[in-house]
Amino acid sequence: MPIELKVNGRIARVDDDGDTPLLWVLRDTLGLTGTKYGCGIAQCGACTVHIDGQPVRSCAFPIDAVGASAITTIEGAVGPEADAIRAAWVARDVPQCGFCQSGQIMSAIALLRTAPQPTDADIDRAMGGNLCRCATYNRIRAAIHDAARATATPT
Amino acid sequence: MSARPRRRRRIGCLALLAIVVASQILTVALLLRPRTMPAPSVIPIVSAKVDRVSLRPVAAFQAIDDPAARSVALFREAGRVIQHPRCLNCHPRSDRPNQTDAMHPHLPAVMRGPDGGGEPVLRCATCHRDRNVDAAGVPGNPKWRLAPAEMTWERQSLGQICRQILDPARSHMSRDELRRHMAEDELVGWAWHPGGDRAPAPGTQAEFGALVAAWLETGARCPA
Repeated sequence: MPIELKVNGRIARVDDDGDTPLLWVLRDTLGLTGTKYGCGIAQCGACTVHIDGQPVRSCAFPIDAVGASAITTIEGAVGPEADAIRAAWVARDVPQCGFCQSGQIMSAIALLRTAPQPTDADIDRAMGGNLCRCATYNRIRAAIHDAARATATPT
Repeated sequence: MSARPRRRRRIGCLALLAIVVASQILTVALLLRPRTMPAPSVIPIVSAKVDRVSLRPVAAFQAIDDPAARSVALFREAGRVIQHPRCLNCHPRSDRPNQTDAMHPHLPAVMRGPDGGGEPVLRCATCHRDRNVDAAGVPGNPKWRLAPAEMTWERQSLGQICRQILDPARSHMSRDELRRHMAEDELVGWAWHPGGDRAPAPGTQAEFGALVAAWLETGARCPA
């Protein structure tokens, strides 16, 4: 029986088994390859997407558990926080190999929506589940601070 | 008769170009030739073999005449569940859970957060669903979260744990609530169905619940 998924504002009907991890459906069925397969066991964060705005690891999220919730992938990340994060990532030239970066960005967007002016400790707690083999952590932290300043409401 | 001068053989540029182009076409054709790919096949999920350990039934303690000694013995038997990694991992001594049978600090470094379910962005539910997800090897339950900080069990003696769970200020439970928590709570029950290669808690939840009930009925005495 087809399963309906709301992905980036559109309804997609997929015929995959209900216990298929969302990541596989996003990449292989829907062609949304911006979300990356890193470890497959929810350890690295490369597959992070938002479900109803909350970051989740799509490699460990069966599609029959999504229900009517809204899935947002890196391709559909929009809004002031997403724009500020993207601009900061480019300005800081954050990625090195880039493989983990879509997951990093999705977590960073969620962080700014939760804590608009995060401290270093906030960043560590929120981003601790996103690993980077190139160790771009310092640039990620700096870019998040840049994006936070850019989205700050002028007083 | 004079000999005709021998002319050097010349190879035209066009011929060389033709050879180069032909070899390139041949290479591309070889690379792009249709090949039969392996047919996709279903990889069966092989359940890891885990050893189940039994609990002694309540009846096995009837031979202890002294009610206080019987009560302590019952709690010691229940303690084999209470101090099992399936339980201790989410009753940690810090704000960070442990994981695996080796009880090492949880990776990623998720923290307790305001409600025991993690920090706002890195929550338990970032990875854990309402059931075990075999495809990723990630355990889960609808109530997945840490026990309250007042209920630290890691590195506590069984006697300390006993006195803690009997103290409503720390356990937040009456004795009847405690009995039901141990015997019926679905997150506690996950300890016997942890999935993957995780060792389940000894016995069954029903047997554990019966031990706890018998311990409470015999005066809820604690080991030293």
